[in-house]
Amino acid sequence: MKKRSLVSIDDFTTDEIIRILDMAEGFEKQPVRKLLEGKVIAILFFEPSTRTRLSFESAISRLGGKIVGFVDSSSSSVTKGETLHDTIKMVNSYADLIVMRHPFEGSARFASEIASVPVINAGDGANQHPTQTMLDLYSIRKTQGTLDNLNIFMVGDLKYGRTVHSLMMAMARWNATFNFISPEELRMPDEFKLYLDNAGLKYYEHLDFSDIISKADIIYMTRVQKERFSDPIEYEKVKNVYVLKNSMLGNTKPNMRILHPLPRVNEISTDVDSNPKAYYFEQALNGVFTRQAILCTLLGIN
Amino acid sequence: MKEAKQMVVSAIQNGTVIDHIPAKNLFKVIQILGLDHIENQITFGTNLESKKLGRKAIVKIADRFFEDDDINRIALVAPDAKLNIIRDYEVVEKRVVVVPDVIIGIAKCMNPKCITNFEHVTTRFRVVSKKNVALKCHYCEKITNQENLQII
Repeated sequence: MKKRSLVSIDDFTTDEIIRILDMAEGFEKQPVRKLLEGKVIAILFFEPSTRTRLSFESAISRLGGKIVGFVDSSSSSVTKGETLHDTIKMVNSYADLIVMRHPFEGSARFASEIASVPVINAGDGANQHPTQTMLDLYSIRKTQGTLDNLNIFMVGDLKYGRTVHSLMMAMARWNATFNFISPEELRMPDEFKLYLDNAGLKYYEHLDFSDIISKADIIYMTRVQKERFSDPIEYEKVKNVYVLKNSMLGNTKPNMRILHPLPRVNEISTDVDSNPKAYYFEQALNGVFTRQAILCTLLGIN
Repeated sequence: MKEAKQMVVSAIQNGTVIDHIPAKNLFKVIQILGLDHIENQITFGTNLESKKLGRKAIVKIADRFFEDDDINRIALVAPDAKLNIIRDYEVVEKRVVVVPDVIIGIAKCMNPKCITNFEHVTTRFRVVSKKNVALKCHYCEKITNQENLQII
């Protein structure tokens, strides 16, 4: 079997994505299976990310696999000046698969070319985070019963948010309509709008929430971070505009669900949490099932 | 008064003439083709008048002939370059350069956070636009365009 890695969601065909989502459904029904018994998975986190790491560790543990690795580069040989190339070469001989997170963009692609075992990108700087995209797709399909022809609202930081970019490009495969709600400074970059234009998909841009959210199937919330603004006054002006409150959800569709990659700060009021349309905590749990499916797929286990 | 029609850069008997290089990119062309590391006789002229380019440069390399794949590497810095293949002082063939679909190891990725700017990685780009050259990095997936293009 040819070695497969998952660096970018585009590495997988639509059929392959569907197969992984189907497999994840199986793991949701029965998450504890000893499919990785005897396998060693390296988890290399060159920068800390507790949430993603715990999700992977949980997925591997439930499959009976063993974990080696480090949780941030200060405790590894990187501090001694070892190159990524050499670290990967070394770990490659200890593990059956490498999960890595690294602050430099393109690092996972580079590692996948060096390693002879599969590499899963758990985030390379602002570039890609395909397992997040996969769990978002899983959450959308599970709550909507389909991925086809949905109306996706993306809210908050649409300029720097890598999760929204990847999800947008992935959902473009299923004829989605997009509504982008963001402050002027954090609008969806032109290159992504061009991508939708070329795909012949409709999108609309808005500066605030309004009655239009009654059309949404999915509202995907993101954090608006202070440090993204060149002018702090601009941040003060907009910081409360992109907060979702329970009182705003009255006219939304019954099937509508609210997603968020987490961690949340204040962009979703806590009074939304008890609304059945809030889905962000279940979404996080779905990450374990999709990661189980991805691990098995790349290791050739069915 | 009649101007004497004479060659600013003297003719070669056999070899390759690369004409219509933008003057400012002459040394990049030399670098990309590795002309600074070969033993052949090379003559060049630069800041020559050109109706098309303003100021152009020309390079004549004796006894050296290039494959298309080699010569297309200069398309990033000299998209209008014309090649004359010379045998026994005669032009026996004319060629133009074509921007290739993939650029390997010539350009630098403009993204300061790209792994290629930290480790010894041969850069690799897919050419997403040939007219106003735009290169998509194989690693970080960011676009480097003509204005930000740096030759390694």
